[in-house]
Amino acid sequence: MRRRSDVRITPTTPCGMDLHQGGMGPQGAWTVSLDGQRKAALEVGRTRLLVAGAIFLLAFLAVGLRLADLALLSETGEPRRAATPSAAEALETQRAEILDRNGQVLATTLPTSSLYADPQKVIDPQGAAMALARVLPEYSVASLQAKLSLDTSFTWIKRGLTPRETARINRLGIPGLDFVREERRFYPHGPLLGHLVGYTNIDNVGQIGLERSFDEVLRGRNEPLRTSVDLRIQHILSDELGKAMREWRGIGAAGIVLDAQTGEILALASLPSIDPNAPETIPDDAFLNRATQGVYEMGSVFKVFSTAMALETGAVGLTDGYDVSEPIRVGRHRIRDFKPKTGMLTIPEILLFSSNIGTVHMTMAAGTEAQQRFFRRLGLLERPSLELPDLAAPKLPPIWREINTMTISYGHGLAVTPLQTARAMAAVVNGGQLVPATLLKRSRGERLVAEQAMSRETSQKMKWLLRLVVERGTGGFADAKGYRVGGKTGTADKLDPNGGYAENRRIASFLSAFPMDAPRYVVLAMIDEPKPTEYSHNYATGGWVAAPVVKAVVERMAPLLGVEPLAGETFDRHEQGQPLAIPANLAGRHVASR
Amino acid sequence: MSFARTDTSIVGRWWWTVDRWTLAALAVLIGIGAVLILAASPAVSERIGLGSFSLAKRQLVLLPLAGAILLACSLLSVTWVRRVGVLGLLGTLILLLATLAVGFETKGAQRWIYLAGFSLQPSEFLKPCFAIACAWLFALGKTQEGFPGTALATALFAVFAALLLAQPDLGQTFVLGVIFGVQFFLAGLPMLLVVGLAAGGLALLVGAYLWLPHVTERINLFLNPEAGDNYQVERSLQAFDHGGWWGVGPGEGRIKSVLPDAHSDFVFAVAGEELGLVVCMAIVALYGFVVLRGFARLLGEQSLFVLLAATGLLTQFGLQALINMASALHLIPTKGMTLPFISYGGSSLLALAFGMGLLLALTRRRVATGDET
Repeated sequence: MRRRSDVRITPTTPCGMDLHQGGMGPQGAWTVSLDGQRKAALEVGRTRLLVAGAIFLLAFLAVGLRLADLALLSETGEPRRAATPSAAEALETQRAEILDRNGQVLATTLPTSSLYADPQKVIDPQGAAMALARVLPEYSVASLQAKLSLDTSFTWIKRGLTPRETARINRLGIPGLDFVREERRFYPHGPLLGHLVGYTNIDNVGQIGLERSFDEVLRGRNEPLRTSVDLRIQHILSDELGKAMREWRGIGAAGIVLDAQTGEILALASLPSIDPNAPETIPDDAFLNRATQGVYEMGSVFKVFSTAMALETGAVGLTDGYDVSEPIRVGRHRIRDFKPKTGMLTIPEILLFSSNIGTVHMTMAAGTEAQQRFFRRLGLLERPSLELPDLAAPKLPPIWREINTMTISYGHGLAVTPLQTARAMAAVVNGGQLVPATLLKRSRGERLVAEQAMSRETSQKMKWLLRLVVERGTGGFADAKGYRVGGKTGTADKLDPNGGYAENRRIASFLSAFPMDAPRYVVLAMIDEPKPTEYSHNYATGGWVAAPVVKAVVERMAPLLGVEPLAGETFDRHEQGQPLAIPANLAGRHVASR
Repeated sequence: MSFARTDTSIVGRWWWTVDRWTLAALAVLIGIGAVLILAASPAVSERIGLGSFSLAKRQLVLLPLAGAILLACSLLSVTWVRRVGVLGLLGTLILLLATLAVGFETKGAQRWIYLAGFSLQPSEFLKPCFAIACAWLFALGKTQEGFPGTALATALFAVFAALLLAQPDLGQTFVLGVIFGVQFFLAGLPMLLVVGLAAGGLALLVGAYLWLPHVTERINLFLNPEAGDNYQVERSLQAFDHGGWWGVGPGEGRIKSVLPDAHSDFVFAVAGEELGLVVCMAIVALYGFVVLRGFARLLGEQSLFVLLAATGLLTQFGLQALINMASALHLIPTKGMTLPFISYGGSSLLALAFGMGLLLALTRRRVATGDET
């Protein structure tokens, strides 16, 4: 090249090629044309260089602008400082709390975090696994390292971390790990309110209890649900029922404390209890809420309603009586008394001694229709209403014959829930009004729509009779000193799955209210299949088993609820204008504890 | 340093003819690079299990060598620049072939070769050599009647593009393509063909997007950052945000500890966090200055070869800087590209020193002697 160019360049001077433009000798003309071509190429190159330069300039300007934009306008979406959420925001959850009537938390939602990893972003899986394993000792380094080395961009490490674990993992500062905020329902009192409050599944959807019946409500708001339950009373009831269940080796127990005036349920227990914090551990047979889902033939407890019915209809008066010496024969059935008496028993005595024969006599005096009407008014024949799912309906006889009327009068042949029984009792003692039961706290001054199930007079008589049963009759073990407990025992043989009644499998119950001069609370205690003990002289009756439970519950709850004891006085003296028709033959007589 | 204007020794002449402003700009860039490599690389070297400063040391010992290469090359005459470029191209051709045969594979591509105990990336040296050789062919085609310069240059590009794609190294192919395209454009490519080639280049990019899965992924991510894993870019943007006006101070940043490529592809993010907006602007300005000043000087150039060769070298330099910075700023999809003189990487550093040395040699003030081709 060099050699050839030498030849051509000769005519040009080193510093001025322009000299040759425009015309030269014949020798130079050849060069000029070439030189012109070169010049033209150079000119094009220079012009286009300007274009390239302009493009570069624009590109550098764009980079500079973007730089300023990023560094100054801070639009990366991530705040300069992590925003500290206000305390209210931090506590705000997707599901409202459930409180007792005094504001104690029965169910709450805790924000938890779940740890996941994006293995693509984990720079050092081994180091990260070792650091993580120190915080989460339940995982081995090898398993964590395997997870962190996966060829995916998402893998759960652990769900439901405690705040402490979250903080410690955060402090490790391992890139590629992140948290998802999740919520977990928590029940601070565990099994104490298992059936009542219920629990939610992993997606925080209510499964049983209040969690289920108020699922939508709880989900939709941040205002807590204020229930009628009193945590203290619930504890007392569960505690005493549990003790009795263990002592009498029962298979279960149920109890209700009901405000006789407002229908608010202060406590509702079913044993064995279930732990809502670990629903997966609940055995299948524990799910039944005996108080609202179990139906039982309540036995002699029903004599309260039968007596009230007889008095209300005017079929009998308090001073009337029946001869209870002979069992009643109806077809192939024979109705007899548990502890047979001889001779005439007055109406109070029939209830006092829990005479089946006497109760049947007075019921038959009123008739089947009167019984049905009265029991219906007491809400014993229909499914009750309450803010709980899956309430059981009573089991009525398919055809209500005379024999059914007879057996139902002393509590057999009609199976009801303890809830219905307690509610009917409230009507008996509160002046005759059937108040709807509720699990929600009633507001002050709330007007209740209540049906008049019986007259105030009948209710007044019944209070006196019920107090008498505890003072002088089968309910003696329920007599909490000074608290004027009145009630009725009940012992019912359970139905045998193979037909007829089972031997030695019974329900022992005590249905009560206190203080009897102005009843405020209904207390029902029921033990399922208590076994007789030597101490009870081989009895496992309501008087032996359930009455002491009521006594203990009343003694413990009365001071908490401000019920004043009256020292050494019976309510009789306070009842003004009430004829004291205690038959003379009751005085000083020993009364069997049934 | 002072040389009398009348000093006619090689060094004396060099001092008075070399573009001292560009030289100073390059020196400042190398200085900033040294600071950033000290700041960014310890986090990376610890992560890959080396001593804290092993990567920094490796890079720093190369700096004097790079400086020497830069100065030595800038001493060359235009003729020698051409010779070195063409010979270098032959050398890189051999090395590229060898890379395909005996190179070793990292991250799914075969781009490196062991040479005398060092690992070397021949494609880095290819770019300056290609720019020189291609410029020579184009210039010859314009000045020599009947010389098929354009065809030969195109063939040259085809051969090396094929070699790079075989590795595969899409980024370097792209740079090579742009060098070739700019030179072709300057060498008087008819406007119709300019439009055609631009369309062709666009079609190639679209084709890559449609048929090369990892390109598809990158571009999708760029267009829709929420959709997937944009971890490095997100961290990078945070870094600039965190740095603000003046930065948090050299070595004080924290992004480098979570950015896998903090010392190479995302070194600009480290600069943004630790040195701040002002220094980053200065870096952008320095790159822009080198490129635009180079272009400006070429406007008075009389030799087509010099014009094309210098433009090619500047294009390579500016393009790499732009791609690297724009990637870190999320202006374009991420593409691994070193930031000239600042990113970690021996091959890149030495090759750039070589290329910029040749540029300085080409842009030295010469008494115009006509086209020397």
